[in-house]
Amino acid sequence: MTSKITSQVLDQDIPKGTSLWEDALVRLRKNRLSMIGLGFLVFIMIVCLLTPWIAPYGYEEQNLRLGAIPPSMEHWLGTDTFGRDMLTRIMYGGRVSLLVGFIATSVALLIGVTYGAIAGYAGGKTDAFMMRLVDILYALPFMIFIILLMVVFGRNLLLLFLAIGAVEWLVMARIVRGQIQSLRQQEYVEAAISLGLSPAAIIMKHLIPNALGPVIVYTTLTIPNVMLLEAFLSFLGLGIQPPESSWGLLISYGVETMEEYPWLLIFPGLALTTTLFALNFLGDGLRDALDPKASRD
Amino acid sequence: MWRFIGLRSLQAIPVILAVITVTFFLVRAAPGGPFSSEKAVSPQVQAALEAQYRLDQPPLQQYISYLTDLVQGNMGPSFYYPGRSVDELIFQGLPITAELGLYALLIAVIIGSFAGVIAALKPNTIQDYVPMSIAMVGICMPSFLLGPVLVLVFGIMLDWLPVSGWGNSYGDKVLPSITLGAMYAAYIARLSRSGMLEVMSQDYLRTARAKGLPEYVVILKHALRGGLLPVISYLGPAFAALLSGSFVVETIFQIPGLGRFYVQAAFNRDYTMILGTTVFLSTLIVVFNLLSDIAAAWVNPRLRYQFKK
Repeated sequence: MTSKITSQVLDQDIPKGTSLWEDALVRLRKNRLSMIGLGFLVFIMIVCLLTPWIAPYGYEEQNLRLGAIPPSMEHWLGTDTFGRDMLTRIMYGGRVSLLVGFIATSVALLIGVTYGAIAGYAGGKTDAFMMRLVDILYALPFMIFIILLMVVFGRNLLLLFLAIGAVEWLVMARIVRGQIQSLRQQEYVEAAISLGLSPAAIIMKHLIPNALGPVIVYTTLTIPNVMLLEAFLSFLGLGIQPPESSWGLLISYGVETMEEYPWLLIFPGLALTTTLFALNFLGDGLRDALDPKASRD
Repeated sequence: MWRFIGLRSLQAIPVILAVITVTFFLVRAAPGGPFSSEKAVSPQVQAALEAQYRLDQPPLQQYISYLTDLVQGNMGPSFYYPGRSVDELIFQGLPITAELGLYALLIAVIIGSFAGVIAALKPNTIQDYVPMSIAMVGICMPSFLLGPVLVLVFGIMLDWLPVSGWGNSYGDKVLPSITLGAMYAAYIARLSRSGMLEVMSQDYLRTARAKGLPEYVVILKHALRGGLLPVISYLGPAFAALLSGSFVVETIFQIPGLGRFYVQAAFNRDYTMILGTTVFLSTLIVVFNLLSDIAAAWVNPRLRYQFKK
């Protein structure tokens, strides 16, 4: 009888617990800029994904008689000097820019998280050695090295992914290592060790999921960096090569003809800038939501 | 402090050596010899050329002679510009890039920290939102977009400033410096804002106010020193970023600086030039990172204990 009453009381009094993720989601929803950013990104991603089916014109469809015309009803964002539809070209360029952003970031994520987790879990001399290596690599001027790589090994997309990913993993490794190091002291890890779980299982099942917050935040902020890097290289002519296209490449074409046809510069520029905006706002929002202690900047 | 400077400087040496080694062997590993794309030359000429550039020696031997030459400040002849040495070309471009970088850095530090401090004084008001939104635009607007847009607006449409060149006509240094500095001004604004916000909530500032100091003394004398610390630590990486930023800005504005040389060398496959410039720029960046760390440790004694056991 008494136990029944207690359980009833408990049912009423104890508020339903919210997990860290639910909490974060609530906080993120309140951040209007982040939600706008997220919405915009989802929109851009869907458009880029569906481009081959929804693009108004063919990617290489030229209309030399038309030449470069300003935005009109037929060509919403105008055409370039070959009479190619700008909207179509920006949509195809976006596919490459986003692809580079996501794949290179995934490379960075994979290397960084694995490396950081191993260093943080191993501790001691292994950790000291691994982190010294990161420090040394971090001091290398990577932009110059990426240019060097592109020159030496030719300009292919796969190498670009690898090169950019290889640069961006360093910070990720540091963040993960710090997280793992503090999580490693917790009782539940000790419990897992005494239950006889292998280090790999402990890292994968217990440590990484708990270190995920900062990793997600940093990932969101890495994507715009990577996209900028790709655009930067393509602008210099060292990144994506025609006939492939990316926003950086479109901007560099736009610069050549901006005096007569400014819309060839403005629209790809707007596409890149607004996407970077959205990613940064989302990243800031996620940081506030997932990692309230982290400083803003 | 001296211990910190000494040990921190020692750390820089393996980094520089690693840069030289990696660059050297990467460039050597490049497919196709430097002369293979040229029109066919007789075997004797080919051999003479290879001997001149030491390509007939085994790689390790080449590496060692390159290192010994480098220590003596000799970076070898350029492949692309016959009769000119790499160090000569580097020192021709360096003053121009240094001047451009200096102006950009000044713009970035002065405007950036001013905007950041202003924003931090009244957080979450209009005084915070306006500069921080502009900073966000600065971060999302890469220099290769900002530069052309500035040229379009101020150079072509308004016709106020020259659109290219460096030191040839009045005011032609303005647009490149702004283009290069803008993004770093934005970063510094964000850094100094968060740095100031953190310092403003510290006890010693309350003490300073409690003893009746006027607000401007509290901010200028007590808050700034701690609040701008992240900016000082950022200057080293910022310098590295400025250098690579100069590649783009010098290309846009046709400035004959080091960055443009580097990009040109990359296109011309001028291997000795690429090697020399990479080694030179990398060393410069490592040295600046070192200086920025020392400066940060000088301002913040806690950082010096990194090397204490």
